[in-house]
Amino acid sequence: MSYIVDSLRQIIGLDAVKPGPDDRRPEVVEIMTEKRKEKLTKDGLRAVEAGRAQAADRHKWRNRRWVTLIIANLLFVVSYYFDVQLLEGALTASRLVGFHMADLNSALQVILAYKHVVLNLVIGTVTVFIMWLLLGGRTFCSWACPYHLLAEGAEKIHLWLAKRNLAVDLRFHRMGRVFFYLLFVVLTVVTGYTLFETISPTGILSRALIYGPGLALLWVLALLLFEVFVSRRAWCRYVCPIGITYGLVGVLSPVRVQYSVKDCHHEGDCRAICMVPHVLDVTIRGRARTVLTDIGADCTRCGLCVDICPTDSLNFTVKGLDKVL
Amino acid sequence: MATAKHPAPHLASGTAPTSAAGASAPGPAPRSDQGAAPSPTPSQATSPAKATAQSRSRPTLSPKRREQSRREFIRTSVLGVGVLGATLAGLIPLATQAQARLRPPGAIKDRLQEQEFLAACIKCGQCVQVCPVEAIHLADLIDGVGIGTPYIQARDQACDFSCDGLQCVLACPTGALTHDINYPAQARMGLARLSRPEACLAVLGQGFKGQARGPGFTGKLRYDEVDRWNPTQVADQPYDLALCDLCLRQCPIEIRLAQCAAGKPPSGDANQCPPRAAIRLEPQAKGGALPVVLDGCVGCGVCEMICPVEPAAIVIDIDRVTDVAPAV
Repeated sequence: MSYIVDSLRQIIGLDAVKPGPDDRRPEVVEIMTEKRKEKLTKDGLRAVEAGRAQAADRHKWRNRRWVTLIIANLLFVVSYYFDVQLLEGALTASRLVGFHMADLNSALQVILAYKHVVLNLVIGTVTVFIMWLLLGGRTFCSWACPYHLLAEGAEKIHLWLAKRNLAVDLRFHRMGRVFFYLLFVVLTVVTGYTLFETISPTGILSRALIYGPGLALLWVLALLLFEVFVSRRAWCRYVCPIGITYGLVGVLSPVRVQYSVKDCHHEGDCRAICMVPHVLDVTIRGRARTVLTDIGADCTRCGLCVDICPTDSLNFTVKGLDKVL
Repeated sequence: MATAKHPAPHLASGTAPTSAAGASAPGPAPRSDQGAAPSPTPSQATSPAKATAQSRSRPTLSPKRREQSRREFIRTSVLGVGVLGATLAGLIPLATQAQARLRPPGAIKDRLQEQEFLAACIKCGQCVQVCPVEAIHLADLIDGVGIGTPYIQARDQACDFSCDGLQCVLACPTGALTHDINYPAQARMGLARLSRPEACLAVLGQGFKGQARGPGFTGKLRYDEVDRWNPTQVADQPYDLALCDLCLRQCPIEIRLAQCAAGKPPSGDANQCPPRAAIRLEPQAKGGALPVVLDGCVGCGVCEMICPVEPAAIVIDIDRVTDVAPAV
């Protein structure tokens, strides 16, 4: 139950509750006591550093994700270009071998603005809901959204510039995203127009890939420049309602990243590389309540932390899979 | 190194204020790390129990933290105004009617009032993909909230109903192209109008010889007698007409009427037969003929596309449709 509560808190922008003195399981207290007792030797430190260096070159999940994201988006392009009717449409709504699919956020906007729902849209929305429920919710963000890939590139440039004091990283309050979400809902209902779709880089990029580029790409470029020079991953972190929609799906999803406090050095490499580092607050020393903790639903399951963790303390897990198999 | 960098913080401090409160209202919630080392206020010193209760509702902030929080709040507000502005900017093109476009068959619209169509369209372009003559394009950012919605530029490539079955309507996942229509004659896209009678070759009593839109024109039409299943380049079908009647000759409604009169309705489906004529050429006393648009016109735009004079003598008005209710 607390996974759901913690996930919802993350999504609406609240900070994680620190464990009180009695909140931590005895095993965890014991592990932490052991960690403190451990003598720091030069060899030990060297081994830790070697592990970190090795982990920094590991890109297993990132590569899988990039391949998946590119293939998913190329499927649309190839399908249209060669007229093979495999995956028709764009990310906002499509047909996979004739079967309807509708992006949850786009469908939500249409429903709120148009205030009628046709059967095809219901079929498409339910299909996609179940699909991402099984795949992890915000998995959509990092494994399918074309803007995410560009933003990852922009993030690299941003970090390079920031290290040289050529870019700043202004932080915004994460609760702003909830405010935007509610604002989009209210404005969509009141005006009767799908307002967010106009500025959604996800829809713009998907259509640009399939139907050819347009002026709208300038808006996407502006967003990327903002992220490069002003605020790291600002759109995905602080604005995009698609993240909230899929995050809510992810609250119920069995696909999660799981953290084990046992071998963790609490170095924070995972939080440094993460797009949504608040989900990894549990990796801060003293925060874990249980030996194994599932990372909350605001996590995009991108796997960067899994790759970079030198002690394999972060891993993908599918809840209940062991019981089924 | 690890332990040196991160000394275990406040593990045993039972009275360390949590930051749970203060974050329930929209606005900057204090980061939780600052609760680690609060400077006890006098009240905390005298009454620990009361202090705990108080600190839960209002965590003690160092002036620096408070300043950071204040700035974050202001920044987030500025971001909010920016996002709101960008979002509402999408409505501007509506006021200038820049979105007044010829939409694919079945687009739910009431004259120029396109609100329902723009709301219902999920901007996926599936209608674009199924069109055999590639008549449909998606609008760009200058259309504001109309971004990604389908439109037709009739002069370049009109909808000639090559598909018979209204594929775009069938492809639409949201009913923005309403599923209430099944046949070309039921479409209400606009209405043709002879905008420049003085330039019309028929009115002038002139014939037409050659490619209707010149050799470079890439538009396609279905020429049943050439290939019923593959639309052909207009440039590949030169005409030789004693009196220009291209608007009538290529009108998809008129073609269907002729086929039905000959007992060969399109796709063998009698429902494809239009109930009314769309255009006729009225012979003039002083010679020549006047194209007259009739109430069977659905506004598909083929007449505008095929008209050989530059600019076209006949155009589609998108703010008018035939007043006759769609035949069922």
